[in-house]
Amino acid sequence: MVGRFRWAAMFPDEVWEHVFSFLTSDADRNAAALVCRNWNRIERRSRKRVFVGNCYSVAPTVAVRLFPEVRAAVIKGKPHFADFNLVPSDWGGGAEAWVEAMAEGWPNLEELRFKRMVVSDDCLDLIARSFKNFKVLSLVSCDGFSTSGLAAIAANCRNLRELNLRESEVEETCLNWISHFPESCTSLVALDIACLEGEVNASILERLISRCSNIMTLRLNHSVPLERLVGLLQRAPQLMDLGTGKFSARHNPQLFSRLESAIAGCKNLRNLSGFWEPGLTYLPAVYSICEGLTSLNLNYATIQNPELVKLISRCKNLRRLLVMDLIEDSGLVAVASSCKLLQELRVFPSDPYDAAEPVSLTEQGLVAVSAGCPMLHSVLYFCRQMTNAALLTVAKNRPNLTCFRLCIIEPRTPDYVTQEPLDTGFSAIVESCKDLRRLSVSGLLTDLVFKSIGASANYLEMLSIAFAGDGDMGLHYILSGCKNLRKLEIRDCPFGDKPLLQNASKLETMRSLWMSSCSVTLGACRQLARAMPRLNVEVINESGRGPLVAQPDNCPVEKLYIYRTIAGPRTDTPQCVWTI
Amino acid sequence: MASYVEDTELRLGLPGSDAPASRGSKRSLPENSSAGDESCCRNDGSASAAKAQVVGWPPIGTYRKNNFQAMKVETMVVEPEASGLYVKVSMDGAPYLRKIDLKVYKGYQELKEALDSMFKCFSQGELSRKEGCNGSEYAIAYQDKDGDLMLVGDVPWEMFTSSCKRLRIMKGSEARGLEFRQ
Repeated sequence: MVGRFRWAAMFPDEVWEHVFSFLTSDADRNAAALVCRNWNRIERRSRKRVFVGNCYSVAPTVAVRLFPEVRAAVIKGKPHFADFNLVPSDWGGGAEAWVEAMAEGWPNLEELRFKRMVVSDDCLDLIARSFKNFKVLSLVSCDGFSTSGLAAIAANCRNLRELNLRESEVEETCLNWISHFPESCTSLVALDIACLEGEVNASILERLISRCSNIMTLRLNHSVPLERLVGLLQRAPQLMDLGTGKFSARHNPQLFSRLESAIAGCKNLRNLSGFWEPGLTYLPAVYSICEGLTSLNLNYATIQNPELVKLISRCKNLRRLLVMDLIEDSGLVAVASSCKLLQELRVFPSDPYDAAEPVSLTEQGLVAVSAGCPMLHSVLYFCRQMTNAALLTVAKNRPNLTCFRLCIIEPRTPDYVTQEPLDTGFSAIVESCKDLRRLSVSGLLTDLVFKSIGASANYLEMLSIAFAGDGDMGLHYILSGCKNLRKLEIRDCPFGDKPLLQNASKLETMRSLWMSSCSVTLGACRQLARAMPRLNVEVINESGRGPLVAQPDNCPVEKLYIYRTIAGPRTDTPQCVWTI
Repeated sequence: MASYVEDTELRLGLPGSDAPASRGSKRSLPENSSAGDESCCRNDGSASAAKAQVVGWPPIGTYRKNNFQAMKVETMVVEPEASGLYVKVSMDGAPYLRKIDLKVYKGYQELKEALDSMFKCFSQGELSRKEGCNGSEYAIAYQDKDGDLMLVGDVPWEMFTSSCKRLRIMKGSEARGLEFRQ
């Protein structure tokens, strides 16, 4: 240790541990761990929370050994494009190796959060039996398990506080898994079962909710009818986050008034979602709590105007709004004038495949919200037309954007007024929004837009590109710029070998790169893999042309997934995946 | 495309009477707009699809895609109540079941009369009245949303139609057991 820092060595480890406990972000703890060997040792030995953005970047046993005191772990598996069926279902992301290592080395684990992982019932069983103080299980966009596994969790995790299954695919093998929560279970604070397809016994759920007096989040699935929702709300008036079940019923004034008063009784309600199969007659039942809402998720609710706007305009304190494009431009204009505190807006397509009855949602709606909502920083917007002028306006209005994801549904759509590419528009976004962390581009785009992105998007961490660019230069601009790029995902772009090989070292500074339907050849992958031993270069070829080992260098690569790792090539690749 | 299928379909109605499509099929009922039919067919992946769909585009999550079918049907139907409310009706001892549309009846009296005439050939006398089973052989029960078997007649008509999944005409002896269980 350098002379003038000898005073630091006088402190016992516990003091540094205590100091580090005030570092809440992973980035800060990582930075502390790089100062010197002592701090590295002390920090990692006392770290309580670990985040693994790519489950294959480190071997589970190594992670468990390095951080022996972990109480909470977040592990992510499949690449993001798995959400859109671009990744073969058997690609990987299995949780077994992690759960086994954790069961062995982290007996005091309390929180486990998986995203895009394949979690089997055996895994759930092992989790249920291995961690005596297990409190939180979150399985987001996961699959591979069934309600039998959930029954094991319910039955054995005595102190379970949170069970979250957001957007997971769950097989229904055990019909009444909810009944496996013992009578002694009173600890539940959050329960999100909205993704379950099957029936959930409402009576058993009611009894469970009754005895869990701290329940704050309850997100039901579509099988829970409106009549039963009333009972649940009456038993949990302290709810802050509610996902309704089916939101329609036969016209029944008594039911309406019971629902209305049950909802009004939930004075702490801040988040509202669900609204499966919404019936217009029952919507006004939620009006009383609209003003208190900070988050409203109607992205599965096929409500149209004017009822949709009537509902949203009452939510004057909304920070977060997820809605279908049924809101139309007129609705967004209303949002712009009613929801002045709006920070995040997501607009999803009601009819993504064929505009049989095109909805009147255009670039105008986006512009209106960008003008009217000064705190808006996160946007996801699906639409069918866009202009450079609109994007320039948005960029000027909202330089505070941190996330801008625009999806123009028809690939390669130009500015519909000028017929030009949307380069100028997106360039304006990245030049104006200096804190942009996430960007998705669409429409007709040339290499020029990538030049701007590479040069200006200094804090960009995630970039998604589809059906864009002219050639290799596009990718080169990105990889040679974008200083903080972590995740890059590309599909159907004419990007080839050269930019990859020229920027090989950049790839080690990123978490991962996905390229599908581009112009990359096997030869380049082989070169890259040879030059960069700490990258896994995975080639995915599903058309079964025979073992890749035998293929020539000029063989085109369908899908490519490159990620940095200290674990070396993984051992669980399926037939269609080769680690070069 | 479906016409010859309908001709060969087994039905319980008199020849020439309309036998509606059973609940739960993807094809929408006749009274719904034709646009609903069109889009249902299209989503079923029939050859008439105008455009070949690009895999994974637009980038909407698999969950949204899987639920798209259900969501689409909802937007076509102005009010969910517009479609029929068909439930199966079984009678203990009868060789086959019937299907009725609960929406057609305005109350319990009408329902019981309809069931009387439907199952007349199987029972010696009239089906039970609302007040009780004294002297008659059958009681009408229904299965509600929670799967419980309930005696017909206790709750308001609207509540009954919204929660009834299936009707069962039970033999007197078993039915008396049901009453006591209430």
